[in-house]
Amino acid sequence: MKLTLRVWRQKNADAPGAMATYEVDGISEDMSFLEMLDTLNEELILRGEDPVAFDHDCREGICGACSLVINGDAHGPERTTSCQLHMRSFEDGDTIDVEPWRAAAFPVVRDLVVDRSAFDRIIQAGGYISAPTGSAPEAHATPVPKADADFAFEHAECIGCGACVAACPNGSAMLFTSAKVNHLNVLPQGAPERETRVLDMVRVMDEEGFGGCTLTGECATACPKGIPLPSIAAMNKEWLRANRKAPRRG
Amino acid sequence: MALASRTDRKPSLPRTFWRSTVGKKTVMAVSGLIMIAYLVAHVMGNLKVFFGPGEFNAYGHWLRTMGEPVLHYEWGLWITRVVLLTAVIAHGVSAYQLSRRDIRARPTAYVHKRRHASYATRTMRWGGVIVALFIVWHILDLTTLTVNPNAQAGHPYENVVATFSTWYGNVIYIVAMLAVGLHIRHGFWSAAQTLGVGNASRDRALKALANGLALVLTAGFVSVPVAVMTGVVS
Ligand code: HEM
Ligand code: SF4
Ligand code: FES
Repeated sequence: MKLTLRVWRQKNADAPGAMATYEVDGISEDMSFLEMLDTLNEELILRGEDPVAFDHDCREGICGACSLVINGDAHGPERTTSCQLHMRSFEDGDTIDVEPWRAAAFPVVRDLVVDRSAFDRIIQAGGYISAPTGSAPEAHATPVPKADADFAFEHAECIGCGACVAACPNGSAMLFTSAKVNHLNVLPQGAPERETRVLDMVRVMDEEGFGGCTLTGECATACPKGIPLPSIAAMNKEWLRANRKAPRRG
Repeated sequence: MALASRTDRKPSLPRTFWRSTVGKKTVMAVSGLIMIAYLVAHVMGNLKVFFGPGEFNAYGHWLRTMGEPVLHYEWGLWITRVVLLTAVIAHGVSAYQLSRRDIRARPTAYVHKRRHASYATRTMRWGGVIVALFIVWHILDLTTLTVNPNAQAGHPYENVVATFSTWYGNVIYIVAMLAVGLHIRHGFWSAAQTLGVGNASRDRALKALANGLALVLTAGFVSVPVAVMTGVVS
């Protein structure tokens, strides 16, 4: 395949950026999107130019590092991660636009790489349980109803990639935060921090400058792990409940 | 353990709500639902226009005596007005502040533009502004009678017929009611999500309810200008 790529190039966080046009040839439709970018980068290096910086790690769709907006869609046209997107989803001769995640809370570091540490700070605010670590507990010691286990697993699938924020017209992190809150709040292991978790994570989410939810649904459409839109309603319910229950001082 | 310290000094409940995007959205949802409940009562009152001036004007008079003898003359009406005004202001201010925040949260647009969410979803902000402007016009027209062509206090039937005997009266009301219908279509369902009532199994029912509510309210309101235009009501 022969393709025309228009890629966002930006030297660093403060430099202005712009789309740059490149031609790539000899692309197989079995290549992943990232391998196609590798091919481009090899050529750029041979020509003595700076390769295009992009985030990636596992290339198996499980780590959440890859983060490309492809033709305006976070992670491109299929419901998967950028690394698991294959070139057979495109036609020979296509022009493909590649841009970084866009959100005030995710500043561009370089080219297609953005700083997603705002997500880490949301997790630090409550995305954990205070169980003692050590040897693994006996598996049947804490029974979990099947429906709750399924609900927790569904939300535990979130890989923290940030596609939901990138797709949201408000740069909102509600889908990500709801996945993390719902995953832990439904389980007995998460019960001790059930109220503080949702209150603190939502507060830090707001402090980090993410927008609010207008229930547009773009997040759930973009999510490679299929975190559903009603997860946000479930978190809202937890937030309202926590405000009724949590002790209040001063 | 160092974990439990974050929420030790917590601000008051109203403060928590007003500061949080989730809390402010709750304010929007509750005030929006109050306004929708009012619109349901309002459309039922409007439809009395089809039973002639006697019944419609008597209904207009009852609005002033409702709640008597517990309440004084017109107190019930004034309480309703205060509640509605509070709801409109709370809703509008929250909408404005959240919208400002949302725009700041996404300062750079994508170069590659693409399809977007549904029409009702995309028009919430401008649709809301149209509705707000309409509320002002509506009060000047049929409450204070400032801009009404008939302007006869105590004769709402005749004033309504006069409004819908002008082309601009019809245009303003019909456009505004279409905007209200779209707003409620996305708004009612959104409010269910914001208040945590929505979930996957209820989603279809909630969407159907939102569409039904929007359709019934819009059709009910629009039927009045259409009836005057076609001479069914005169
Ligand atoms: C003052 C004029 C108004 C403005 C500026 C306005 C604006 C808005 C905006 C921006 C939203 C959020 C949209 C979103 O989340 O996508 C909204 C939601 C809503 N509006 Fe309005 N609106 C107005 C009047 C009304 C009226 C008259 C009603 C009642 C019939 C209403 C009912 C609702 C409801 C129920 C919601 C859903 C709240 C939620 O998202 O949880 N609004 N409005
Ligand atoms: S909710 Fe989905 S899109 Fe958002 S961070 Fe998690 S996996 Fe990525
Ligand atoms: S590189 Fe790990 S999910 Fe794509």
